[in-house]
Amino acid sequence: MGSNRRQFLRIAGITTLLGLGGGITLSASSYKPQSDPAQENEKRLRAGRWGMVIDMRKFPKDPEERQRVFDRIIEACHSTNNVPEGEAKPIQEVKWIWKDHFEHVFPGKENPFLAERVEQSEFLLLCNHCKNPPCVRVCPTQATYKREDGIVQMDFHRCIGCRYCMAGCPYGSRSFNFCDPGPYVKDKNPDFPVRMRGVVEKCLFCYQRLEEGKQPACVEASNGALIFGDLDDPDSHIRQVLRENYTVRRKVDLGTEPSVFYIV
Amino acid sequence: MLEKALKGSKTYWVWIIFLLAVMGAGSIFYIIQLQKGLTVTGMGRDVSWGFYIAQFTYFVGVAASAVMLVLPLYLHNQKKFEKMVTLGEFMAVAAVVICMGFVVVDLGQPQRMLNMIFHPTLNSMLFYDMIVLSGYLLLNIIIAWNNLHAEYQRRPHPHWLKPLIYLSIVWAVSIHTVTAYLIQGLPARHLWLTAIMAPRFLASAFCSGPAILIILALIAKKFTRYDPGKEAIRILAQIVTYAMVTNVFLFLCELFTAYYSNIPGHEHILTYFFTGLHGANALVGWAWVMAAAAILSLVILVPSRFRNHPDMLLVGLVLLILATWIDKGLLLIVGGFIPNPMGTITEYAPTGYELMISAMVYATGLLILTILWKVAIGVKKEIGEA
Repeated sequence: MGSNRRQFLRIAGITTLLGLGGGITLSASSYKPQSDPAQENEKRLRAGRWGMVIDMRKFPKDPEERQRVFDRIIEACHSTNNVPEGEAKPIQEVKWIWKDHFEHVFPGKENPFLAERVEQSEFLLLCNHCKNPPCVRVCPTQATYKREDGIVQMDFHRCIGCRYCMAGCPYGSRSFNFCDPGPYVKDKNPDFPVRMRGVVEKCLFCYQRLEEGKQPACVEASNGALIFGDLDDPDSHIRQVLRENYTVRRKVDLGTEPSVFYIV
Repeated sequence: MLEKALKGSKTYWVWIIFLLAVMGAGSIFYIIQLQKGLTVTGMGRDVSWGFYIAQFTYFVGVAASAVMLVLPLYLHNQKKFEKMVTLGEFMAVAAVVICMGFVVVDLGQPQRMLNMIFHPTLNSMLFYDMIVLSGYLLLNIIIAWNNLHAEYQRRPHPHWLKPLIYLSIVWAVSIHTVTAYLIQGLPARHLWLTAIMAPRFLASAFCSGPAILIILALIAKKFTRYDPGKEAIRILAQIVTYAMVTNVFLFLCELFTAYYSNIPGHEHILTYFFTGLHGANALVGWAWVMAAAAILSLVILVPSRFRNHPDMLLVGLVLLILATWIDKGLLLIVGGFIPNPMGTITEYAPTGYELMISAMVYATGLLILTILWKVAIGVKKEIGEA
């Protein structure tokens, strides 16, 4: 009996040690320093600082046709990013990319004798992904932050809904989910989260599409009127466009350094 | 000591039950807000802070009342404030609780609020505001409670409190400064983007806080026959008057800068307040009541003949509280969002939900104030200070 018990204990001990040791070794070997799975993604589009040019000349001249193109672009964004539409209270609307008149897009730049084509046209607006974003400066939880590629990102799960970023943003580019957006998202894209009520959201330059090697949805739907690319790369197409055309940005005097440029 | 709050007259209990009833009623509305979201408020994508944050801003100012007693008492040995100082400190406690309450009810995801501590963000003014407000709350609880406890036991005030008391003086200035910095450093919010925002906060705080304190002390005197001292109120009313003169002066400086420079961004919001802009004029009535109340309060408070008359003083203080409340608790926060960054105007008015939930927060603060003052006055009467 005695030897049996000793034997049992020995076997049990060895088994435990082997199990523990093996487990630790196995888990240690499976552990890799934290890495971004996207880093290994070959298709992923990379940039030092993403930026966009909105070339107004490339939109149709006819006002109605132009509206249709704008709406197509907005629709592409909304269906890709599950942006709610037609909320019960219009003042609580969520906007990622939208259109407005010159004097609202460039307040202070208007004049009483504005060229007709500028005065009558609408412009597309979206988050400027500023180099010095005030929204990131004020956020108390780093729920909004600047990625290395310049995209001003949102962590929808960290945001406490204080809306300080909305007070900080000089462009009105941030929206708060006053109510549950779910019922107002028309065709849900299962590959992208639908936000919850009580958090702030905005355009994220379709970071999820960049990872798949695709351009942002609005750019893809714009037939070349929206040019997206790396502002840090002097050889990029966007830099060539910027070199060859006179461009303006919204409210540059505030020092935010927007990454969205307009060719008026 | 706390047992003093458990024994009281019928009036005391009716008041407590009334406050609890308001808290209960308000919390029903808050539960609905939690379920439906802030869509039940009048806020929107343009005016994204409203009544809640405005009340928060105002009550940061009210919390200052204490320092206007603590400073003369401890730095200038003005013994006349000895009987009132505990009341001031306890009022600061209640005011800070109200502030915190309003921030919490304004959050879209209040259950995540500790993210502010889990992810401390040194570049956010809200982080510092959390620190200065909770610090001020702690300082006032510790100081007032321990001093009162020493009095209760008929021992001298503990010496170790002295450094904390001096710290609380500086700290009181910090809560206004940081709360002003919360809004004064935001680009493209013209009403807020002014270097005198923090000085305005201080001036407004140092008149409205002590004014409310005087009125509450007079009410308490009526019900408990605890006299905080004629001399204390007289000097405090003087302090209130100087602060209000400064407050009005700073506001006029804003008017001058905006209209003499003729820069549209600076003018628009002030024009919106006083005459309306592009047909939007929801706040014009309030703005003129503010102006009239401010001027009248000075007419009453500045001449010592009126100010030293108890009834006139009361009228002057009520007008002053009305003017400062409209200024900070109504116009200032909403005004930062008008016109919006596109230059268009979305007007704002609080909904019934916002008012009921605000009543809940107010009642909570008043309940804390009532209990703390009941204890303080009970102790002071027992040791024969009354």
